[in-house]
Amino acid sequence: MSRISKEDVKHVAHLARLSIKEEEADLFTKQLDDIITYAEQLNELDTEGVEPTTHVLDLHNVMRKDEPKRWVEKEDVLKNAPDHKDGQFKVPSILE
Amino acid sequence: MSLFEHSLRELKDKLHSKEITVTDLVNESYNRIEEVDGQVQAFLTLNKEAALKQAAELDEQRGNDAAALFGLPIGVKDNIVTKGLRTTAASQILDNFEDPLYDATVVNKLNEAKSVTIGKLNMDEFAMGSSNENSSYYATRNPWNTDYVPGGSSGGSAASVAAGEVPFSLGSDTGGSIRQPAAFCGVVGLKPTYGRVSRFGLIAFASSLDQIGPITRSVEDNAYLLETIAGYDNMDSTSANVEVPKYTEALTGDVKGLKIAVPKEYLGEGVTPEVKEAVQAALKKYEELGATWDEVSLPHSKYAVSTYYLLSSSEASANLARFDGVRYGKRTENAETMLDMFKRSRSEGFGDEVKRRIMLGTFALSSGYYDAYYKKAQQVRTLIKNDFEKVLQDYDVIVGPTTPTPAFKVGEKIDDPLTMYANDILTIPVNLAGVPGISVPCGFSSEGLPIGLQIIGRHFDENSVYRAAHAFEQATDFHKQRPSLGGASS
Repeated sequence: MSRISKEDVKHVAHLARLSIKEEEADLFTKQLDDIITYAEQLNELDTEGVEPTTHVLDLHNVMRKDEPKRWVEKEDVLKNAPDHKDGQFKVPSILE
Repeated sequence: MSLFEHSLRELKDKLHSKEITVTDLVNESYNRIEEVDGQVQAFLTLNKEAALKQAAELDEQRGNDAAALFGLPIGVKDNIVTKGLRTTAASQILDNFEDPLYDATVVNKLNEAKSVTIGKLNMDEFAMGSSNENSSYYATRNPWNTDYVPGGSSGGSAASVAAGEVPFSLGSDTGGSIRQPAAFCGVVGLKPTYGRVSRFGLIAFASSLDQIGPITRSVEDNAYLLETIAGYDNMDSTSANVEVPKYTEALTGDVKGLKIAVPKEYLGEGVTPEVKEAVQAALKKYEELGATWDEVSLPHSKYAVSTYYLLSSSEASANLARFDGVRYGKRTENAETMLDMFKRSRSEGFGDEVKRRIMLGTFALSSGYYDAYYKKAQQVRTLIKNDFEKVLQDYDVIVGPTTPTPAFKVGEKIDDPLTMYANDILTIPVNLAGVPGISVPCGFSSEGLPIGLQIIGRHFDENSVYRAAHAFEQATDFHKQRPSLGGASS
């Protein structure tokens, strides 16, 4: 039984802000289904009560003082922008 | 003979005594690149003009400056941000990222140590891949035989050192991306303990697994470079505030009494006879040197690849959300709406493997699947980490192969993601556990391709890893072999 349908792939692509073509959707459906099917081997393991590991260091809530400091200049930030106007990033209309 | 046959410390001494100039070293790099990079394709961007200018300036101070890496030419993987020097992570979405605003912390440290950055090194796009075939520009080739892959994702970092283009380089390792190409190219590559080296300025793939590390021709050079780049950084909240030892002082050549664990899972199915024989010969060498070894078990090893792909892809799906065509990178032409702009910029900018992993991660994190996939994988990660901690209570290091096979041919595995992923089966668990691991040359296949020995240690015990690696290296001559690239001996 396949775990992932073509509809799932299209939905996930939308969530990830990717537009994919019909033939790409077919290929990704098969490949993602293969990977997820393989990953289901994890269900062989009983993990009841096992703490999840997010990362391996014993660090929690690393805080620093909230002090403003000079980092980079605005005009430098805009140098790599695809489009900008009046010192701000310019983008297409957000509301249709 | 190439100047790069000398160790980094020898080169430093030669500069100090004015036997050679920094300009000699930098020219040596660019001449060799000119000679062989057409075949190897290790570099994406060269820093030639600035590097030669810097070399001339450093030559003025020669003899008076004791900076650790004074005048030494280095290559930097292209997912490490370099101020004013194009940084693409081998992705089309960053193709026009010509002018990064700041240096990664490791690059700051290189600059303070006065090394000279020769250029930026090719890789699998966003470090996703094991062969360098996922570079959106061109695939780096293995200097030992250019029909073969150099490994990945730090393929350019390993191949450039093996080809004698630079004496040392920086790579990054999320699931084996330093150790696997080091093994395939016959050089030394270390993935430090998670938190040992700052990740600030490393273009993030999977933040709980990524580490920057050194790729060199010898263990001594490796330890020497790590001394410079390691340490706490308040710009990286997961960098560890743990003192940095003098790693080079651990290189005594003495491993008498060293206790080695050999996981039976690392010499099992899928590991080729030639790789097994090379590792068994290495264990024999350790016995001769006075170390002892026992077979042990890391019982959850076979779950590591699944765990890794679920976790790393989930983290990648979040990390790569920043590439949206707004602040930097490429934007699609003539988009009507913001949503359309996001979708088209990302679809045009990312390659297939990156899209596949973003979608896998988005799926694993999505409502209804989070507990079944993401949380489950985090729990299995705990079991894998516990396996390592248990064995390392009784043993100083764990030894096995770096990869199940030597380098494979270009094109051989690119069409099947799962076959490609299986290649990292022996390196991935080390990232999941967060412990340090090194690959050192330990033999050659019948086709003349290098084989790597992996040595794994306790958290923050790079010293034991280096000591074991160095003693083996000094007792063998695999690290002295060079590929016969370009017809000239290097």
